[in-house]
Amino acid sequence: MKQEIQDLDVLIIGGGPAGLAAALRLRQNGIENILIAEREKQPGGILRQCIHDGFGLTRFREMLSGPEYAERFIREAEALKIPLLTNASVTEITPDRVATVVARDGLRTYRARAIILAMGCRERTRGALAIPGSRPAGVFTAGVAQAYINLYNRMPAREVVILGSGDIGMIMARRLTLEGAHVQAVFEIQPYPSGLTRNIRQCLDDFGIPLCLSHTVTKVHGERRVTGVTVQKVDDGFRPIPGTEQFCSCDTLILSVGLIPENELSLGAGVKLDPHTRGPIVNERFETSVPGIFAAGNVLHVHDLADYVSLEAEELADAVTDYVTGKDLPDCSVTVTCDKNINHVIPQKISLRESINLSLRVNRPLADVKVAAVQGGDVIAKKTLKKALPAEMISLHVPKDRILPGKELEVRIL
Amino acid sequence: MRKTITCIICPNGCLLSADVSEPGTDAPVTGAENPRSIDSPVTGTGCPRVIDSPVTGAGCPRVIDSPVTGAGCPRGEAYFIQEITDPRRTLTSSVLVKGGELPLCSVRLTDPVPIARIPDVMKEIRKMKVEAPLESGTVLIRDVLGLGSDVITTKTIRRITAAQ
Ligand code: SF4
Repeated sequence: MKQEIQDLDVLIIGGGPAGLAAALRLRQNGIENILIAEREKQPGGILRQCIHDGFGLTRFREMLSGPEYAERFIREAEALKIPLLTNASVTEITPDRVATVVARDGLRTYRARAIILAMGCRERTRGALAIPGSRPAGVFTAGVAQAYINLYNRMPAREVVILGSGDIGMIMARRLTLEGAHVQAVFEIQPYPSGLTRNIRQCLDDFGIPLCLSHTVTKVHGERRVTGVTVQKVDDGFRPIPGTEQFCSCDTLILSVGLIPENELSLGAGVKLDPHTRGPIVNERFETSVPGIFAAGNVLHVHDLADYVSLEAEELADAVTDYVTGKDLPDCSVTVTCDKNINHVIPQKISLRESINLSLRVNRPLADVKVAAVQGGDVIAKKTLKKALPAEMISLHVPKDRILPGKELEVRIL
Repeated sequence: MRKTITCIICPNGCLLSADVSEPGTDAPVTGAENPRSIDSPVTGTGCPRVIDSPVTGAGCPRVIDSPVTGAGCPRGEAYFIQEITDPRRTLTSSVLVKGGELPLCSVRLTDPVPIARIPDVMKEIRKMKVEAPLESGTVLIRDVLGLGSDVITTKTIRRITAAQ
């Protein structure tokens, strides 16, 4: 049976903080024919299970929990009657922007003038870490444990060891403790924490949970359920140091070892990815290597705060508005690169049409440094930082009249 | 004694520090010896103390002997003083819901409460059972344990219908 194709101005894939913010801004900009496709039963994305507070300070100047932050956008989207298709999985997008969607009522096909990728990110799992040992029950990612406790009222743990000091892991350390579990320690393979300092303070220190840096789990014990883990110190090359083995008896190992942008769909459409961000390569208007396909939020690069996800998506929506109304970007003649102190920088390509804000993360903790944009040996923008942590995004403003056409721009730590 | 605390008021996480003395371990602090002077009482604390008066008694075991450095905004200093005199935290959790499309509704406190009372507040929250539908922002417990903070819902939960 041949599918009937519906035409859209903009198809937004994902109804989390990025997709919702983009949809609202598009509608405010007068783009009417849009659709959000959301995989889950309800919009809001991961925020629905992030019941802790700390959201909204930048975007709304208020301290909100994750569900409240999401509902601000959901209510507005409902008021504006923005079409939202839930329980809808996008299974394929093509380079000419035809999307196949598996919805409750069957298969649907859309042809969009622009597609916004807003699928967010997923958690790295044990498989990605390759921890040896048996495969008993009781090994969860922090996000899965969070869903059990905060959405489904299931308590998955009593004696807990956490591997990785990502923010969700630390937040779950606090949550599990408040719910009566005992969290023995958080082990982090890096010599520095990977989450925000405030979370070390309010989620670990407040509850006397130790954070052990340069340590990793080298073995999982147990047949049907986890009975314990072996923990070892690691050297500078992250190799376990023999003789430092320590057995921790526990029934649960929680992993908080990083987030990866979710880009299977993007790859299918031929979108080129950046090996550092693992998200699409974009220009300053968040357009990927495939014309008309845009990306923002955690699908582009993993953000430290949901507020920045929404703000980025709003900027993206302005660019998409220009795109669908026929105002195109001039050629992007400047490629953005970074030195070895910097993990990644967004965008990777820029034109000279407007001033830009580069968004970047450092590779390791640094203090009293200058981050600079350099072109042909000249510093064209710089910013002094008292501290620069891998856990935090850094933004650097580059005025357009300082950027030279056709020359590579390197972001450096001075 | 130099004390350093990470500010947890916003995600910037500024590293705040100041000289702090504890009564009994340091010389008594008087206004004259105290270089720090705050013009108005720090608001929002359980401790309406002005730094340049001598500090006595319970609730205020410590005093600051120097300006608070490292704060990215004025809230940092207020937080520092709050933290060494009467540390408080907010709390988020969830309550059981009957007849809702989810078994739980997330909740939070509207204002921070003393850290030591967090377990007691958790107990109060755990006792709650509510019926769907629920609007986000509904007050479930007003002035919980007399601590001046309300427990409110943070999620809208629809009632499950027979058709579902
Ligand atoms: S001092 Fe101000 S800017 Fe710094 S963390 Fe505290 S509230 Fe945020």
